[in-house]
Amino acid sequence: MKVTKKDLENVAVLSRLRVPEDKQETYIQQMDAILTYMDNLSEVDTENVKPTTYALPMSNVFREDEVKPSLDREAALSNAPLKENGYFKVPKVLED
Amino acid sequence: MNYEAVIGLEIHCELKTKTKIFCGCATGFGADQNTHVCPVCLGLPGVLPTINKRVVEFAIKAGLATNCEINKYSKFDRKNYYYPDLPKNWQTSQYDLPICEHGWVDIDTSEGKKRVRLTRIHMEEDAGKLVHSGTTIKDSISSDVDYNRTGVPLLEIVSEPDMHTAEEARVYMEKIKAIMEYIDVSNCRMEEGNLRADVNVSIRPEGSDQLGTRTEMKNINSFKSLEDAINYEIERQTEVLEDGGHVVQETRTFDPARGITLSMRSKENAHDYRYMPEPDLPPIITSDETIEKYRSELPELPDARRARYEKDYGLSDYDAGIITSTRAMAEYYDAVVATGADPKLAANWIMGDLSKNLNEEAIDITKSPVDAKRLGDMILLIMKDTISGKIAKKVFKEMWTNPEAPEKIVKDKGLVQITDTSAIEPAVDAAIAANPKAVEEYKGGKKKALGALVGQVMKATKGKANPQMVNKMLVEKLK
Ligand SMILES: [Zn+2]
Repeated sequence: MKVTKKDLENVAVLSRLRVPEDKQETYIQQMDAILTYMDNLSEVDTENVKPTTYALPMSNVFREDEVKPSLDREAALSNAPLKENGYFKVPKVLED
Repeated sequence: MNYEAVIGLEIHCELKTKTKIFCGCATGFGADQNTHVCPVCLGLPGVLPTINKRVVEFAIKAGLATNCEINKYSKFDRKNYYYPDLPKNWQTSQYDLPICEHGWVDIDTSEGKKRVRLTRIHMEEDAGKLVHSGTTIKDSISSDVDYNRTGVPLLEIVSEPDMHTAEEARVYMEKIKAIMEYIDVSNCRMEEGNLRADVNVSIRPEGSDQLGTRTEMKNINSFKSLEDAINYEIERQTEVLEDGGHVVQETRTFDPARGITLSMRSKENAHDYRYMPEPDLPPIITSDETIEKYRSELPELPDARRARYEKDYGLSDYDAGIITSTRAMAEYYDAVVATGADPKLAANWIMGDLSKNLNEEAIDITKSPVDAKRLGDMILLIMKDTISGKIAKKVFKEMWTNPEAPEKIVKDKGLVQITDTSAIEPAVDAAIAANPKAVEEYKGGKKKALGALVGQVMKATKGKANPQMVNKMLVEKLK
C-alpha cells in the first residue's frame, strides 16, 4: 500500500477537512486505488513529449487595461455569512 | 568564530495599471472597503479571469531593465493556501515558467561595486487586507476583510542569496526601486505598500560554502526596517549558534517599533502550496518582435544616465550615482542643467543645500519649494559673478520661503556682488591697516596669512565683495 495514514492526515490538514476515524481506512484504500490507476500512465514512454501545461490550443488571451464597473458593495457582501461595516467578517485567523 | 550572513530578497512591486490583473476593477489606493470588487476578484464560482495586457508589458519591461532573459513561453499557476485575504483559497502566480529569469543589477556599496543576480521575476495577484479586531492578529477574536487590493497586479522580483550585509540588501532594494521608477511601472510608494520585501537571512562560518538554516521576515516596507531586521537577525542567529543551539527555519515578524524579530510560532509555517497549472489562463507566448518593441520603449536607465553624466558633464562616479539614484532627482538635475547652469555647480547644489533642506523637512524633490528653474537661475547668477558662492547660500535660504525669482531676491535684499574696485578698496586698506601681524606674516612668506585679510574684507562688505577680486587687490597692495 502506497498511501499511509500519515498521508491522509496531511491531505486532510491541507484541505481543512476532518476525516472521521471510522472512514479513514476506506479513504486510504480509495486514494491508493486512484494513485495505482494513475501509475499506469507512467508506463507510457514520454521521453520526447513536452509536459502539457494547458490543454487547449490557445495562447495570449489579453484584456486591455480599461476600468469596468465593479460590483455594488451590498451585492458583493450579500452572500457573506458574516459582515461588518462594509467588510467581510472572518473568525479568528491564527491559533494561539 | 566569525560568521558571514547570506541574504536574499523577494521584492513585491505593485504595478501602476488602471485595473487589476485579471478583471476590470480599478486599482486606486484609498477607496472605501470592498468597492473595487467583482465576481472575478472575489473568486465566485464559474468566473473566468483574463490577463491584463499591461501587466505582461510591465513585467517584460522590468525584466529587460534588470538584464533578465524573457521566457518565450510563460504560464500561470495556482499557489494553494488558506488565508482569509485570498477569497479563492489560491493565489494566481507563476511557478516553473515565470515571465523573466536570470537577470542581474549592479549596486554601489561602501565596499565598492557589486553585482546581485536575479533568479526570476514573475507576475501574480496581490491579496486583500485584514483589519484585526484586537491589537495583534493573535489576540483578535475576528478580523474584517477588504478585498479591494485582491487582484492588484504584482511583480515578485527574486534575488539570488548574493548579499552579505544589511547595507547591501538596502542598496539592492533601492536600486530595484529606482529601476521600477525609471521604467514607470510602479509608483513605488513604500508607505502605501507598493514596494515591500520578504527577506531571507542565514549565517555560516566565514569561508564556508554551505548555506545555514534561514529565517524569513515578511512584508518589510521601509529601508530602515530592512536594515534593522537583517542586523537583528544576524545578531540573534549568531548568539543561537554561539550558545551551541541551532537556527530554526521559520517565518518571523519584524516589529519596527522595538527593532526586533519575533517567531510567529504558528502551524501556518508548515506550507505545502501544491502548485498546479492554472487551467483558466492560457499561456503567454512572447515573440522576439514584442520583446524588441518593449525594449525600444524603455527610457534611459539609471546606469546609462550615470555614465552619460560622467562623460558629458564631467561628474564624478559618486556624484553621478547619487543624482541618478532616483528618477525624480535625475529629472530635477536635467531641468537645472537645461537652464544653462554649470552641470558641476548644479550637482553640488542639489547634493548640498537642496538635499539638506529637503531631508530636514522630509519634502519630496518633486515638491521642492525651490524648483529646478529657480535653482538654475540662481546658479546663472553665480556664473555671471552677480553673486558669490557664499552669498548664494543666503539667496538659496531666502528662496526656500520666498517664491520670487532669485534675481529679484538678490536686488531686493541688496546682495549683488561688489565688483567695483573703488568700492572695495577702502575695505582692503582698512583690513591691511588693522592687521599688521597678518601683513607681516604674509610678507615674511606665509602665504596663508592672506586668507585672514580676505576674510576681514569680506566681513566688512557683508560678504558682497567678489572674493577673487579682493584676493587680487590684496596681493597687489602687499607687493
Ligand atoms: Zn474585480
